Amino acid sequence: MSNDIFVLVEHHGGAVSESTSELFGMARGLAESSGGAVVGCLLGSGARGLAAGLAADTVLSVEAPQLGDFVPEAYAATLAALVTDRDPRVLLIANTTVGMDVAGAVSGRTGRPLIAYCSAISFEGGTLVATSQVYGGKLNAEVETGDGAIVSVVGGSAAAATGGSPSVEDVAPPDLSGLHTTFVARVEAESSDVDITGEDILVSVGRGIGGEENIELAQDLAEALGATVSGSRPVTDAGWLPKSRQVGKSGRKVKPKLYLACGISGAPEHLEGMSDAELIIAINTDEKAPIFDVAHYGTTVDLFDLLPALTDQVKAVSA
Amino acid sequence: MKIVVPLKQTVDLVEELELNDDGTDVEREYLTFKLNEWDEQALEEALLIKDAGGAEVTVVALDETDADQSLYGALAKGVDRAVKLSGDFEAGVSSHARAAILAEFIKAGGFDLVLIGVQTPEDLDGQTGVILAGMLGLPHVSVAVAVEADGDGVRVTQEMGAGVTHQLIVSGPAVVGVQAAREAPRYVPISRIRSAMQAGGIEHQPAAEPAASTGLTVRRMFAPQSSSHAEMLSGDADAVAGRIIEIMRERGALRV
Ligand SMILES: Cc1cc2nc3c(=O)[nH]c(=O)nc-3n(C[C@H](O)[C@H](O)[C@H](O)COP(=O)(O)OP(=O)(O)OC[C@H]3O[C@@H](n4cnc5c(N)ncnc54)[C@H](O)[C@@H]3O)c2cc1C
Ligand SMILES: Nc1ncnc2c1ncn2[C@@H]1O[C@H](COP(=O)(O)O)[C@@H](O)[C@H]1O
Repeated sequence: MSNDIFVLVEHHGGAVSESTSELFGMARGLAESSGGAVVGCLLGSGARGLAAGLAADTVLSVEAPQLGDFVPEAYAATLAALVTDRDPRVLLIANTTVGMDVAGAVSGRTGRPLIAYCSAISFEGGTLVATSQVYGGKLNAEVETGDGAIVSVVGGSAAAATGGSPSVEDVAPPDLSGLHTTFVARVEAESSDVDITGEDILVSVGRGIGGEENIELAQDLAEALGATVSGSRPVTDAGWLPKSRQVGKSGRKVKPKLYLACGISGAPEHLEGMSDAELIIAINTDEKAPIFDVAHYGTTVDLFDLLPALTDQVKAVSA
Repeated sequence: MKIVVPLKQTVDLVEELELNDDGTDVEREYLTFKLNEWDEQALEEALLIKDAGGAEVTVVALDETDADQSLYGALAKGVDRAVKLSGDFEAGVSSHARAAILAEFIKAGGFDLVLIGVQTPEDLDGQTGVILAGMLGLPHVSVAVAVEADGDGVRVTQEMGAGVTHQLIVSGPAVVGVQAAREAPRYVPISRIRSAMQAGGIEHQPAAEPAASTGLTVRRMFAPQSSSHAEMLSGDADAVAGRIIEIMRERGALRV
């Protein structure tokens, strides 16, 4: 076992992702207490140049044509070989699509423990102690484990670190012939819809709105406010709002002047997309809903009563 | 194509979650359980593949609280087989243990495709589907929003976020973690579920003894204590609406 803290470097279209910089921020603190180095794992094809500027001591660069696109099978095999060979104290992976795909597979392949949904981490002597968000953010779990853990980290858990000048070590890939996965294409959604990231006020609805027929309650309020309607994932998955209106981890990250969350529980995946809004007001009948931990103001009044009342009053003051 | 969809009942998050006596897990005894919402999506995707070109769909669940409910629900929706794996699951089953049990079942079953919910709200030690893929050395794609048959494999749309998706083709056998089916899960009337229950039809098998441990110890669970909990506005709808307008005015968020 080495004392090193490994970080999976995620990059898309030639740029290192923001979540990776957060992992380096987290890794720096851990390396100080473990006495090891911060090591970036950079997998790709022609991606070696991205090592410059990473807040790592060393970068392990694995280059192979099969790593040119994100092929989960290829990344899992390569990363599993790397951790088996180098035996890091901890491997940090962001809880993105890439991370969700790879972290579990590497754990399954190597038998290393895995801590998911981690939001904070430290060493207590030789023990790794982590806090994880479970049950849709309603509870935190404090867990401990020995050495060699893979840790999947939720976005926004640490301050980003950039701007190092790591040494780069080239590492040969494992045998990647015989993959069963072919990367076909990267597709960017085309949309003629409004861009919710540019809106000042969002009236955002969640599953609490109950059905497509009730969306107009939010629409009426939005109209009165000069605002736009957005929503949580279940609402766009169900087709009650277009996909382009989804706020969150796999939707858009928004930072409006006002975010009015109506019937949204505040799962971590949703909070990732809106917790930086300047003013958050949450309407949710469950007083324990996690949305109230990020909202500035909240109320447990039923949205079916409150939205029409609010619409009426906004209309009245603007008349 | 032989498809297997593992199903898991998870706690209903709308409920108040009480902790057990030593504060290390939720107290399961009085909670209501429902099929993990992402398993429901995985099941729908399997049925869409079957509708489109034919497939044999098996659902499998561990014998945990209300497993029958999920299995009969799936039979009512038209799956071909429903299997319940018996064992001692009273103390809860980690993702790693679940993956190890499912791995044995899947190896024996000769399936071409595992469709499984992308996650559950209690995957503290990671997501079962990808762990399972790792244990079996199978290719995997997680966070899938479309899975369609393609020759001897599947074409998967993987959601990367911010409107970007990747298209991948995977030749079987493979494990796909489903985030959303191409269509909203089909509705099945309660009468059809009742007939499925009357017809029986759940196969019983003993679960493999899980060899996997998580390597994690839960010290405690606790409700997050936010230092910045929302200031709660009380009163009836009109009173609260009035306060919200005042706040918006103060913050310059009211344009009108
Ligand atoms: C890989 C991945 C990516 C994801 N990406 C996203 C994402 O981008 N965006 C996103 O939002 N989610 C995302 N999710 C889903 C996320 O985990 C949650 O499932 C989702 O955010 C829950 O949406 P919700 O709050 O609308 O629904 P629920 O969690 O069901 O909450 C509904 C809320 O409405 C309240 N309510 C009910 N009735 C009323 C009423 N009459 N008045 C007031 N309140 C009421 C309830 O108390 C409850 O809190 C993702 C999940 C995964 C696995
Ligand atoms: N987890 C990852 N690690 C390293 N590179 C990745 C990862 N995910 C995606 N990539 C890179 O992202 C690029 C393709 O993604 P995209 O630009 O989103 O199509 C390629 O350069 C890949 O090498």
